[in-house]
Amino acid sequence: MSVLRKSREPFWWALFGAGGTLAALFIPIHLFLAGFAIPLAWVSPPSYENLLTLLAHPLARLYLFALISLSFFHWAHRFRFTLYDGLQLKHLNLLIAAICYGSAMVGTFAAGLTLVTM
Amino acid sequence: MPAGLPHTPLHPRWYRRRMPIFWWAHQWVHARFILRELTSVFVAAYALVLLAQVRALEQGVVAYTQFQEWLRTPAVLILHAVALLFVLFHSITWLRLAPRALVVRLAGRRLPDSALVAANYLAWGVCSAAIAWFVLVP
Repeated sequence: MSVLRKSREPFWWALFGAGGTLAALFIPIHLFLAGFAIPLAWVSPPSYENLLTLLAHPLARLYLFALISLSFFHWAHRFRFTLYDGLQLKHLNLLIAAICYGSAMVGTFAAGLTLVTM
Repeated sequence: MPAGLPHTPLHPRWYRRRMPIFWWAHQWVHARFILRELTSVFVAAYALVLLAQVRALEQGVVAYTQFQEWLRTPAVLILHAVALLFVLFHSITWLRLAPRALVVRLAGRRLPDSALVAANYLAWGVCSAAIAWFVLVP
C-alpha cells in the first residue's frame, strides 16, 4: 500500500470535470437554438453573413474549440467507466482507455483543424 | 470443516459472484446512474454536430443552407429531441453535484448547499442568455 506511483488519473479527471462543466452550462442552449429554434424559425434566424462574422472572432473560435474538445474528453472519461462498471469489462481496461481517450484526441485534432485554419 | 471433504493444500478459489451485464436495469436508482453516465454520449455527439455546423459555415452559403435543411428532417429533429433531454439531464445532475465537490464559506459560515445549487442554475441561465444574445442579435 505504500507504493506511491504517479497516476495519470487526475489529468483525465480534470479534463472530464472541465468538459462536464462547460457542457452543462453551454450545450443545452446551443442544441436548442441550432437544433430547433433556428432551423424551425421559432426565432428570426441569424443571416449566414452574421454567423460568419461571429465565427471570425478569435474568442468565438477559442470558445468553440474549448467547448467541443473538452466535451469529447468529458465523454471519454465517463464512457470509459460506464463500460468498465456498467458492462463489467474490467479485463479490457487498457484497450477501452486507449479507444476512449484516443477518440477524444482525434476529435480535438479535427476541431483544431476546423477552427484554426479557415 | 465438514467431514468427507478431501483436504487440499492449494488455496481455495475465491467465491466471486459474476455480475450479470444488465445488473443496473433492475432498480431505478441503478438505471438512473447508467442513464446519467450515458448523457456523456449525447454531449460528445452534439459536440460533433456543432463541429459539423462550423465546417458547413466555413464551406460557404450552399453548404450552410444544406445543413439547415438536414436539420429540418424528421429523423434529425427526433434525434435532437432525445439528445436535448439527455443534455438537460446532464446539466441538472452536474450542477446539483457542486455542493458535494466544494464547500464555500462566507463570513466564517458554510454556505448552504441550496445556495450553491441556486448560484449554479443562475450561472446556467446567464450563459444561455449570453449565447442566445450573441447568436440571435445581429
